[in-house]
Amino acid sequence: MNLLALIGRVVLDFLAHLGRLTIFAGTAISHCFRPPIYGRLIVKQFIDIGFYSLPVVGLTAIFSGMVLALQSYTGFARFSAESAIANVVVISLTRELGPVLAGLMVAGRIGASMAAEIGTMRVTEQIDALTTLSTNPFKFLVVPRLIAGLLMLPVLVLIADIIGVAGGYVVGVYKLGFNPATYINNTYDAMEALDVISGLVKAAAFGFIIALMGCYNGYHSKGGAQGVGAATTNAVVSSSIAILIVNYVITEMFFGT
Amino acid sequence: MTDVPKISLRGVAKAFGEKQVLSGIDLDIAAGESVVVIGGSGTGKSVLIKCILGILEADTGTIAVDGQNVMHLESNARDATNAKFGMLFQGGALFDSLPVWENVAFGLRARDRHLSRDTARAQAIETLAKVGLDEQVADLAPSELSGGMQKRVGLARAIAGRPEIVFFDEPTTGLDPIMSDVINDLIVSTVKKKGITALSITHDMQSARKIGDRIAMLYEGKLIWVGPAADVDSTENPYVQQFVHGRAEGPIKMQVRR
Repeated sequence: MNLLALIGRVVLDFLAHLGRLTIFAGTAISHCFRPPIYGRLIVKQFIDIGFYSLPVVGLTAIFSGMVLALQSYTGFARFSAESAIANVVVISLTRELGPVLAGLMVAGRIGASMAAEIGTMRVTEQIDALTTLSTNPFKFLVVPRLIAGLLMLPVLVLIADIIGVAGGYVVGVYKLGFNPATYINNTYDAMEALDVISGLVKAAAFGFIIALMGCYNGYHSKGGAQGVGAATTNAVVSSSIAILIVNYVITEMFFGT
Repeated sequence: MTDVPKISLRGVAKAFGEKQVLSGIDLDIAAGESVVVIGGSGTGKSVLIKCILGILEADTGTIAVDGQNVMHLESNARDATNAKFGMLFQGGALFDSLPVWENVAFGLRARDRHLSRDTARAQAIETLAKVGLDEQVADLAPSELSGGMQKRVGLARAIAGRPEIVFFDEPTTGLDPIMSDVINDLIVSTVKKKGITALSITHDMQSARKIGDRIAMLYEGKLIWVGPAADVDSTENPYVQQFVHGRAEGPIKMQVRR
């Protein structure tokens, strides 16, 4: 009986959480289309999310591309299919690794910082202060982050795709001895517009999820430093899990049979 | 129309889960009057102010400002109503990402998006002078200021937009007695003497006597005593007596949980 009660409580808590998240997302989206819009804050978030995430996303992409080339060679050499390495690198990166790895890295970097910043503002009454100063906290805090997440992640992923393919090229040409022109030709031939587009659609969805989870968990944090810590952890964990689930759903939409 | 109270509360109730925090608050505050609500920690004083400001929604009852119901307002109407308000938060609640002058000018720029930075800065410095702070403070970060200075900046931010009503949430909590008196004097000079309506909550009786025209005591979600500030020491209400004299023995039982 106690076990049933426990399961019931967990399910009810989860549903209540989901309901609150849906209302939060609906309110935030509706504020995206109603003035005032804080352009300066949106640009600041573009820089925070887009520009300052470049090093971490770039490093992740280049080493992923390099290791992909190296591992594919180990496997394909057994079947004398080494020429498929360029195809594997470009398809894997544009369809999957680019958006997912960039999404997870940005979730750790940006999702955590959003939750910590907004959570601290919540527990120190700064969000209440915004309301008393005729400033809607959704418009001021949430909308700029959502818009920047939605638009900046695709840009980051596009850059990650290019850097990742370059990483594969470096290993393919300088370590595995491929002809540079052949490698580039193979890459070009294997690249499909749909692969890149599906990756960018995923990136936009991931950017929205990261910003939404960061803002939601920060906005609802309570109880001082411990509450802010919990909000930060929840933001990273929930956005990472959501990214992996949504990744499957979008892949199914684009490539499902 | 001068008879219309500046703030009018009727049957205001608010519960969090099963805990009834406010259970039927009736209170009228006239224009230019300063009312102080006293009560122990966790009795719902802050909740009362937050319901008027629209930060929390009361479950039942009506809240009117200048005779207009201000409950369940949509976003832009709430912003317009809150333009009449100023609020000094207990911990200051200064935006730590902005320098002092931008904190003070925040409300001005939110209400007039065309206000230039230079004009806003000049107005902020002018308001800082009213609370005894000079121009050098303007470019400091809030974290560089002492608790008393942060309260002064918070007060400057509250009065910068020339509000009709100012709310004070525990204005002297955490300050030494001298700084507490400085803040009380500033509240009297910048709000009370200017005819601005004020609603304060505090458990500092010295502060309540100094800044209040009337005092109301909140206990178990109800206002159990309302009267002139001068009568607070002489009333025979046992709850008020116990609170005013800070006695452990009496009808008020301290709550362990909020």
